[in-house]
Amino acid sequence: MKQLGDIAGVFAYLSLLTVGGGMAAFPELKTLSVDTYHWITFPELLHFYSLGQLAPGPNMMMVASIGAIVAGLPGAAVALVAFFLPTGILTFAVGRLWTHLATWRWRPAIQVGLGSVAVGLVLAGTIIMGRGALTDVLYVVLAVIVFFLLLKTKINPAYPIVASGLVGLLAHWIQYTPTT
Amino acid sequence: MSEPSPSSAPPAPSLGKIFWVFLVMGATSLGGGVVGYLRTGLVVRHRWLDDVTFVELLSISQTLPGLNATNMAILVGDRLGGVAGAVLAMLGMCLPGATLMTGAAYAYGLGGDDPWSKAFLHGIAAGAVGLILVVMVQLGAKVLKTAADYLFVLATAAAVAGFGVQVPYALLVAGTIAIWWHRPRNKGSK
Repeated sequence: MKQLGDIAGVFAYLSLLTVGGGMAAFPELKTLSVDTYHWITFPELLHFYSLGQLAPGPNMMMVASIGAIVAGLPGAAVALVAFFLPTGILTFAVGRLWTHLATWRWRPAIQVGLGSVAVGLVLAGTIIMGRGALTDVLYVVLAVIVFFLLLKTKINPAYPIVASGLVGLLAHWIQYTPTT
Repeated sequence: MSEPSPSSAPPAPSLGKIFWVFLVMGATSLGGGVVGYLRTGLVVRHRWLDDVTFVELLSISQTLPGLNATNMAILVGDRLGGVAGAVLAMLGMCLPGATLMTGAAYAYGLGGDDPWSKAFLHGIAAGAVGLILVVMVQLGAKVLKTAADYLFVLATAAAVAGFGVQVPYALLVAGTIAIWWHRPRNKGSK
């Protein structure tokens, strides 16, 4: 029961930080799930986060994975409800208010101001993720290729990401040894 | 664009239909970019929203905490079917991915320590970094207008990733400063 309470607390807290997307919460997700509660290791977190990018639907369904690892199916359910209910209620309420706020003078300021901070949080999350994922020049090159491919073409992101996984397999097969 | 007036206000879809359409989008929006799938499903295919409303709801979704995909599901669901519509749209959106990722946790428990799985997942993680950078650049292209905005980005990122400042504090401090920076100015009129 205590574990379910911890899961509920952690993911409800994290959900409120997802301004600009799930990545904004990544720094705290890493701190809490890896360093504070020792639910999973950092590499495991990276694995689930990346798999979550491949899964259909919202890109943070990996919270269900962490919940399941900690406390089985009830854990997955609690993680999902905690992660989606508080922001869901907030969005519902603000969505109904928003039309009344159309002429509110502070609305553009909030949208633009929070926007830049949100980009900053996503950048911070990407840096922290990169420290764990880009452990070698091979993986840096992979990330850069995927970046430019997705920036310049309309290809479905699932293809280059799965291809990156295959490159990882290939590197293992030829016993590629990291340069660092 | 001009639109024929009789079809401009289509009858509200049933709750079952709302759930089903969001379930299909939740199951088929592979590889991120849910927003594109949402627009195709809601604006183009079912014509439940026009483009102006879609962009308006999307901007609410992006400003509020919560994921764009689920925030959009709630906002659109509410417009189409009230509270029940919002709940069902959200459930439909999340159910397929949640089931898959729960299954992934069990599969990982069985095979996650295998060096081949690890090599594959390590590659996927590198690719995901590239994807997230693209999402960030696209988000930035929309919201970053002045040099000050870029400064807010760098300061926030440096505080969190460089100095280990907790996200809520960074959000509160940088958010307050940035909103104040863009505060409404009186243009002569009081």
